Amino acid sequence: MTIQFNDETFTGDYTFRNSPRAIRRFPFPFHEDSYMYAVNLEPHLPGPKGSAFEHRFDVDEHYLSEMKDRARVLADDPLRCQSLPHMDLAGWDTLELIMTSKAEDYPDLFELHRDGDRWRWINRPMGIDDTFTFLDKTTLPYGPLEYITRQTQGDYAILDQRENDLWMDAGMVTTQADWSLDFDIGMSFMQWHAPVPLAHQLGVFDRALKFLLNLQQGAPVRRLNWTMTVNPNLDTSPENYHKWGPEKTTLTPENVGQKQHLRVELQTLWRLPRSNAMLFPIRGYLIRLEDIVTVPKWGRRLHRVLRDLPVELATYKGFIRNRPMIVEYLSQFDDGAPTSPGCFPD
Amino acid sequence: MTRFTFPPSIASRPVWGTLLPRKGTAFLMIADAEGAEALIDLAKAAPDLMAAADVVYLPKGTGTRFSDALRAAGPGTLYIGPSFDAAEPRIKRMLADARMGLQIFLTGTEGLMGRAMALALAAGTPVDAIQTEHRGSVARRMQCVHCKGFTEDVMTDPFVCAHCGLNLFVRDHYSRRFGAYQGVCVDAEDPGVIPPQKELYS
Repeated sequence: MTIQFNDETFTGDYTFRNSPRAIRRFPFPFHEDSYMYAVNLEPHLPGPKGSAFEHRFDVDEHYLSEMKDRARVLADDPLRCQSLPHMDLAGWDTLELIMTSKAEDYPDLFELHRDGDRWRWINRPMGIDDTFTFLDKTTLPYGPLEYITRQTQGDYAILDQRENDLWMDAGMVTTQADWSLDFDIGMSFMQWHAPVPLAHQLGVFDRALKFLLNLQQGAPVRRLNWTMTVNPNLDTSPENYHKWGPEKTTLTPENVGQKQHLRVELQTLWRLPRSNAMLFPIRGYLIRLEDIVTVPKWGRRLHRVLRDLPVELATYKGFIRNRPMIVEYLSQFDDGAPTSPGCFPD
Repeated sequence: MTRFTFPPSIASRPVWGTLLPRKGTAFLMIADAEGAEALIDLAKAAPDLMAAADVVYLPKGTGTRFSDALRAAGPGTLYIGPSFDAAEPRIKRMLADARMGLQIFLTGTEGLMGRAMALALAAGTPVDAIQTEHRGSVARRMQCVHCKGFTEDVMTDPFVCAHCGLNLFVRDHYSRRFGAYQGVCVDAEDPGVIPPQKELYS
């Protein structure tokens, strides 16, 4: 079906909204009534029709507004997109993967015509029709990574693989849950995950790294991660923390249902063919608490998860100060009834 | 106090070592302040190595307290400079001229080791060819995540960014590319509420 794109903002007046369809397809991340860090990787295979997992790179009603927001953030801070000199080829791998996937999965929105190295890319929603030479960056208005990720929702990290480790050596990061590409670029897997509490002791990162080093081409994997965000602000960057941090103090029992959002990251991992690097898209989805509770199972479950979450996690995820208010709000929607297994609505 | 045992921390925080004599085709030593003592110790253990070494030393307010003894330890060449910024072009040139087999010794404050290591890595020096040893002040080189400016020799948490003036708290998250720790606005969620400054590790 054709997607109706919203005209909405992720800053200032925050007009972002989810349609009833977007609420139903929201990638709710909790498969049970409690949460602890886990590797939780599964094959990134096509999911149920209409779900956020149906296609390789999900395009939804927020596409055009998210791309506008990305352009705004980049104009303000060009360091959000960086690529170390040896990562050019991985950038082209990324461009190819996204263009071929989108053209196949959304033929009404995107077209890719290849005649040898001469490629024509049509992005109908954004009104783009560009012809360029593959592997020649002088034929594109930006480097290959920046070019394609200015047209694709979600953040992107590209990980170089060497010395039995993964190194975050390139990325496009404008919708992040409070981490800085500019600071973390060049770091190893354990280094960039260093600030995460508890998970190191649980061995989560050791297992994840071991698994990822053996990731094969054509066999991408996915997992969900989550946090809590006040207002539908995609750019919760450390760079701008002094600007969005004060918004956390604006929650009241009356507005918490509208202002407090659950933020879910659909993370996928792809082995890239030429560079042997790994593409790590981190696609963010936002939903208001008052929209979550329209799915009774989700309302009950989110209440239980947030109520029982260890203090370290609530602190790291940045909502410890507002947790009592959030839990109090959600408790109205938890009648104590059992919930069914799995993430999807009943 | 010239030696300090840093408390255990997160995985991005560097763990400094102890300088040991090594075989190599050339030797570059970069030190500030009390770091001179680590070089002098190294020279005692391996006088030939010191005689073949190029030494860059920044006394950083210690005057001749260590520099005379360092000169007496018999380095191949000795440059004594007023600041890292002043020495940086020289260090870059030495790294650009380096051949296979160069061994690098960094010692002194974390800021000195961090900046010199970042230059060495950017010049393509293999990480195993770089040794470090912390001596002297436990002050940190901090990057403000907001304005991107660096504040050198930070001794308190929180501190004021020397560039944008925000009050920043001191994280242990560390970038080898910058040779710096991350400073983040301490009163973002309660503007104007600045916790009392504490000396680092107190």
